[in-house]
Amino acid sequence: MAGSSPRALMDELLAAKEIVICCGSGGVGKTTTAAALGAMASAELGGKVLVITVDPAKRLANALGLEQFGNVESQVDPLLFTRAGVEPRGELWAAMLDTKQSWDDLVRAHAPDAATRDAILANPLYVNITSRFVHSHDYVAMERLYDIHRSGRYDLIIVDTPPTRNAIDFLEAPERMADFFSSRLLRMLTVPARSRLITFASRPFYTVADRILGSQFLEDIAQFFLLFQTMYDGFVERSQAVSRTLADKRTTFVVVSTLEPAPVREAEFFADALAERRLHLGAVVLNKVLPDWFRARGTTSVARRLVGEADELASVLPPELGETAQLSRVLDEVGESFLNFQVVAKREAEQRSELASRAGVVATVPYADHDVTDVAGLLELGEHLWRER
Amino acid sequence: MPVDLLDRNLLFVTGKGGVGKTTIAAGLALLAAQEGRRVLLCESDAKGGIAHAFETGDLAFAERELVPGLWAMAITTEESLKEYLKLQLRVPLVARMGPLARTFDFVANAAPGVREILVVGKLCWEVRAGTWDLVVVDAPATGHIVGQLGAPTAMRQLVNVGTIRDQTDWMLDILGDQARTGVVVVSTPEEMPVNETIDLAGRLRDETTVDLAAVVVNRVLPELFGRGEEEVFRRLREPGPTAALAAAAGGAVQPLLDGADLAVRLRRTRAQHLAELRESLAGTEMLYVPELFHRSDGVRATRQIAAALGAELGF
Repeated sequence: MAGSSPRALMDELLAAKEIVICCGSGGVGKTTTAAALGAMASAELGGKVLVITVDPAKRLANALGLEQFGNVESQVDPLLFTRAGVEPRGELWAAMLDTKQSWDDLVRAHAPDAATRDAILANPLYVNITSRFVHSHDYVAMERLYDIHRSGRYDLIIVDTPPTRNAIDFLEAPERMADFFSSRLLRMLTVPARSRLITFASRPFYTVADRILGSQFLEDIAQFFLLFQTMYDGFVERSQAVSRTLADKRTTFVVVSTLEPAPVREAEFFADALAERRLHLGAVVLNKVLPDWFRARGTTSVARRLVGEADELASVLPPELGETAQLSRVLDEVGESFLNFQVVAKREAEQRSELASRAGVVATVPYADHDVTDVAGLLELGEHLWRER
Repeated sequence: MPVDLLDRNLLFVTGKGGVGKTTIAAGLALLAAQEGRRVLLCESDAKGGIAHAFETGDLAFAERELVPGLWAMAITTEESLKEYLKLQLRVPLVARMGPLARTFDFVANAAPGVREILVVGKLCWEVRAGTWDLVVVDAPATGHIVGQLGAPTAMRQLVNVGTIRDQTDWMLDILGDQARTGVVVVSTPEEMPVNETIDLAGRLRDETTVDLAAVVVNRVLPELFGRGEEEVFRRLREPGPTAALAAAAGGAVQPLLDGADLAVRLRRTRAQHLAELRESLAGTEMLYVPELFHRSDGVRATRQIAAALGAELGF
């Protein structure tokens, strides 16, 4: 980043925080980035570092030795670091988020008695909602984060956020959950199950609801909500606590993106959303960035010459390189391909400088032609994230 | 008997995040319109990608003609619900619609499948109405599409009576009809998108009644060197020849050679993933769209994608 003012470094950011939340649109390398940050932090900064991830790619899970683990936190074998030539100062732990399991745990924690708990866990709607509820992944991820942080078991927790349709959904999840439990609708739905008395105000609602959904389904819903209401206080309190944790000084957000137009738009949208909510955007991580030399001075004219004067150039090169026609084609392809990639590289540079102005730390990861398959790969990626100014 | 892609009436375009799902959906819809079909393009994630693809203002629930033959709309649960209530229940008082819709939106948020079924219902409704030759949906990403397509079935299991149950019948008829409906999965020749595409193909088969119509492989890199040329390129990268080329071309050529080398390596890695995809999905129609190296994702890119898809489909 020649020419820009000195910036903070990723290691300084991570050393100062207890919670790092990685976010960004799907397919930008969010999970891998979270894992690489975790690996670097545990190796270099020390302490106990936990990476919570959602549905990681199999190879990444394998790299972390995570395959047989689920919702339970497990330590990544230090041997994997040693094999990668690194003597880690701290410990790396990892957990995969199992939404259903986490919800069950929540119910167990908040249900007032064993009978209610069992009734909820057995309710067919509950089973459906916890696996399909639009925001249940988001909420439960934040909830889990809060829980683990409060336990004081880790020095640093890095969260890979769930792939949401809208990147800010999970920021609003705790609030939404609190709204949900304190809503008038919930009261309306639960009234008939208690008293069978439908008030005048809610009558049109029931009439219509009945016609569309059928009374049995409505009763199922009401039954479920009635059970859930017993956990009202616990849930609202928790969601508020989760919201406070997100806004805490010890929490920071890392926006991960590639430099393609759509993810960049999403990343900017996300940076705005964080600013609006006064949440701390600590770093921007840009993945799959084309190398700087695609924009090297003078290369455009040379590439054009290779395309335009391929025959002439081929004829003056040493003959042992190959027959002239073949050599000419090679030169033409080299020039053409370079010009193609250069267009993309220039566009990326422009977008990079725009995104870079949003955060104190900006890290760029070059385009790689291989995927990360082990701890060594994560550390190699981590090096790019770590020291770049 | 396979049906030509554009001869179907309802296509759900999905794919892993970042593979270019929206651009492909836009290109496919544009191509169909250029081929004389009356097309409705629906955005279901409210991210505004379609508006970008055609460089137009935000889409609304009411469809708008973007180019001749191509209309577009943004589908939302709230609007779908309002329309549904109006159509199905003939709710008389407009004044009551607001609170009613709000309350229902709440149920939609909480009750499983309600949100999804409203969206799928609206789409099937458009198909059933017969206004369009083709409805193209910029559908949710691979992680959510099965939930959406499976919503009518899930709803049938939960609801025993009522209007919704009756309506799932004709929705299922449309969704399960291979001649009318299909899913188009967009992938890139990279490890994660390929794995997700293969997974999704299995889930579509096992958990839904909807047919996998085609896989679009996006961003396929061109082959730089033909037979023997790669060897010439290798020799060219040795110090002596590189210096000779630099002298002849009058400037540094190292970045150019490195760039070509990167392109060759990327293509080679991608070819392996592509081979895996082909092998796992043998029998599925595959369409290839080249890496376009474009400046942005506006109208120009959409037109290029439409042209590339057209070439693949033999137009």
